[in-house]
Amino acid sequence: MLNRRRFLMSTAAAGAAGFVATHLTPAFAQDAPQIQIFVPAAPGGGWDQTGRTIDQVLRSEKLISGSQITNVGGAGGTVGLPQFISQWNGKGNSLMVAGMVMVGAIIANKSANNLSEVTPIARLTGEFEALVVPADSPFKTAGDFVAALKADPTKVPVAGGSAGGSDHILFGLIAKTVGVPATNLSYVPFAGGGEALSALLGNQVAAGISGFGEFSEQIKAGALRLLAISADKRQDGIDAPTMKEAGIDVELFNWRGVFAPPGVSDADKAAMVTMIETMAKSDAWATECKNRNWTPILLTGDDYAKFLADDTARITAILKDLGLA
Amino acid sequence: METLGHLGHGFSVAFSPMNLLWCLVGTTLGTAIGVLPGLGPALTIALLLPITYQVAPEASFILFAGIYYGAMYGGSTTSILLNTPGESATIVTALEGNRMARSGRGGAALATSAIGSFVAGTIGTMGVAFLAPVVVKFALAFGPAEYFSLMVLAFITVSAVLGSSSVRGLTSLFIGFVIGMIGVDLQTGQPRFTFGTNELLDGVDVIIAAVGLFAVGETLYMASRRYAGKDEIVPLKGSLYMTAAEWGRSWKPWLRGAFIGFPIGAMPAGGAEIPTFLSYAIEKKLSKHKEEFGTVGAIEGVAGPEAANNASAAGVLVPMLTLGLPTSATAAIMLSAFQSYGINPGPLLLTTQADLVWGLIASLFIANVILVILNLPLIGLWVRLLKIPAPQLYAGILVFATVGTYGISQSPIDLVILYLLGAAGFLMRRFDFPTAPVIIGMILGPLAETQFRRAMTISNGDWSVFYTHKLSLTLLTLAFIGLAGPHIWAFIEHRRRRGPEHVPGDA
Repeated sequence: MLNRRRFLMSTAAAGAAGFVATHLTPAFAQDAPQIQIFVPAAPGGGWDQTGRTIDQVLRSEKLISGSQITNVGGAGGTVGLPQFISQWNGKGNSLMVAGMVMVGAIIANKSANNLSEVTPIARLTGEFEALVVPADSPFKTAGDFVAALKADPTKVPVAGGSAGGSDHILFGLIAKTVGVPATNLSYVPFAGGGEALSALLGNQVAAGISGFGEFSEQIKAGALRLLAISADKRQDGIDAPTMKEAGIDVELFNWRGVFAPPGVSDADKAAMVTMIETMAKSDAWATECKNRNWTPILLTGDDYAKFLADDTARITAILKDLGLA
Repeated sequence: METLGHLGHGFSVAFSPMNLLWCLVGTTLGTAIGVLPGLGPALTIALLLPITYQVAPEASFILFAGIYYGAMYGGSTTSILLNTPGESATIVTALEGNRMARSGRGGAALATSAIGSFVAGTIGTMGVAFLAPVVVKFALAFGPAEYFSLMVLAFITVSAVLGSSSVRGLTSLFIGFVIGMIGVDLQTGQPRFTFGTNELLDGVDVIIAAVGLFAVGETLYMASRRYAGKDEIVPLKGSLYMTAAEWGRSWKPWLRGAFIGFPIGAMPAGGAEIPTFLSYAIEKKLSKHKEEFGTVGAIEGVAGPEAANNASAAGVLVPMLTLGLPTSATAAIMLSAFQSYGINPGPLLLTTQADLVWGLIASLFIANVILVILNLPLIGLWVRLLKIPAPQLYAGILVFATVGTYGISQSPIDLVILYLLGAAGFLMRRFDFPTAPVIIGMILGPLAETQFRRAMTISNGDWSVFYTHKLSLTLLTLAFIGLAGPHIWAFIEHRRRRGPEHVPGDA
């Protein structure tokens, strides 16, 4: 009885979900390949959205006939990565979504595997970070913030995402550049952007560092003041200097990209790079990036591999300074 | 009033036939996934996110809101009938609800939880519509120091579930702390108690712990005692739904639960678990039927927490709609759906997207009505589960718990944890240790730790933050009264009438 009832119930649920799914998946030309997308995070987060947007754009550009998305979440991607390396080895039609957060998590978690073991295909997007203060904060410019930090870093609590994540890394880099020892910093990590934001709106902390998108609406509404952004150049529609212009010699994108498994043939790798390059140049991709506040920072193949090595070295150094590696 | 006009317009959006259909699909799907322990509303909405590429924003948010509210209803069903909480917010419901089911009042427990959910959901949704700007101001005043004091207050609730021996109860609580510590420490990024296992870096899911300790532990205990007696099937006693007396005992807890749940749900770090604990403790304190708590099951202990959990679900929408702050996993995913439409959720949402927001609020009212209509007739069906003979029923629970747990992240490690905790639950049951404090410890321990360390980081190690902030001081005072009050009261009473007939209260 129990099982039948349960069965009926779950069939109903599956039926409803199935209705929605079939309703949503128009059939495309069959000559395009099927691909597999591996997302080392739970559904809903940034990597998952990246994976699903890639899938959506590849389909609408008729570059693939369909894709299957697998989520293996946990620990900043370090649960999924070993699986991708061992179980997906040599599968030429597969992509894994990953990014800067995973580089940090691999170092901080002392993970046995790292990103040098997979095949870099392309860096796709980045989110630059923002340094903000509550609207009634005494800090009017990034210079005020740096001066206070230099005077006594323990008096300047800064809110951001989890310890060792991109926000923490940027704070460490800022401190290092202006000559404040990273170990003296007062960093208040929050599990998500929402919680950090509420600490700022409630005047609990002196400043906040997180992805620009987390703060953009509050800045527009005048509840937060934007002091500087970590992009390489001024952005249209954003009335704030870059960190470099504000005298802090730091540039940081929380980048996301795609990787193929280890052991894929050169032909497969080249085909994947071409496909992703075509996708990244499409209008559909540009629209999605705009909607989601992603800055397109395409870099493919060997250039990407070199960038990855440099970024890993930079992150390792700063996490050591912060006492996390 | 301006709000009423907006709301009227919202209903005109929500009452279109297509949107009503989406609402019905959402609530049905939500109820179904709420019943399964592994699938939660956050995961379901995440899986349905691609729908945003195809349908209008109003329709998809009405669907998502239906799933969200539906899951809150569905979660209590298995808590009550099978002692297998479908959601972390319904763990407390299992405490009294399952005892009621086992003493033949399963129908009443289900009815009070469905009607209480409706009452509290409606109050909460009215709160979203009319009070959002006020509540959000109050919620933002809560900083780490205030949260820590709120946790202290919540810890007082532990005394309500400790059971007969406080040593055993506190032992359980500390086991919960240890399990709660497992994983990466948020403040320093360092792993704790993971023994080099990557899967443990994110900690032990509280649902897995609840299902392991309650359902699997109970099943093993039942199996071990099979030889001792015959199967007995508890006949349903009295009305299938609620008797007049049960109505009389339910309505106040519903209202109290709603007024505890809504503001805490609206706080950025409030969540649904703490209001259910608080409500449970309050109902136990206030009940005239204390002897029923932990024995045959007290209806107040189901009505209050269920109401609190649904009102807090509405509360979560306050910061989301007024400030664009996602304060739960489900809210975060709903916000990412806004972004798929190119809508940036934020403080301006209410003015720039009035149609969408008011349509959503109106559909929450409708979802509540649909859910109570959907759930009340189902009670007759659900209680028949209890007529299944024990071996088949418990085998079914075991299958259900295993499948549900695997569904959370498709990780075999989760199953190992489930059965390890199941074995622990069995031993605790065998040697008479209460299991509920483990879950409370797991939830409150890490929260209290995080907020305490945050408060200390911000104040640069200055302890005075806990008593110089007015809100924090108020909460600590309340906690002190909750802890010491009954003893002082009993002492005064004792002094006043030192009669031989006096029996000291066990509060």
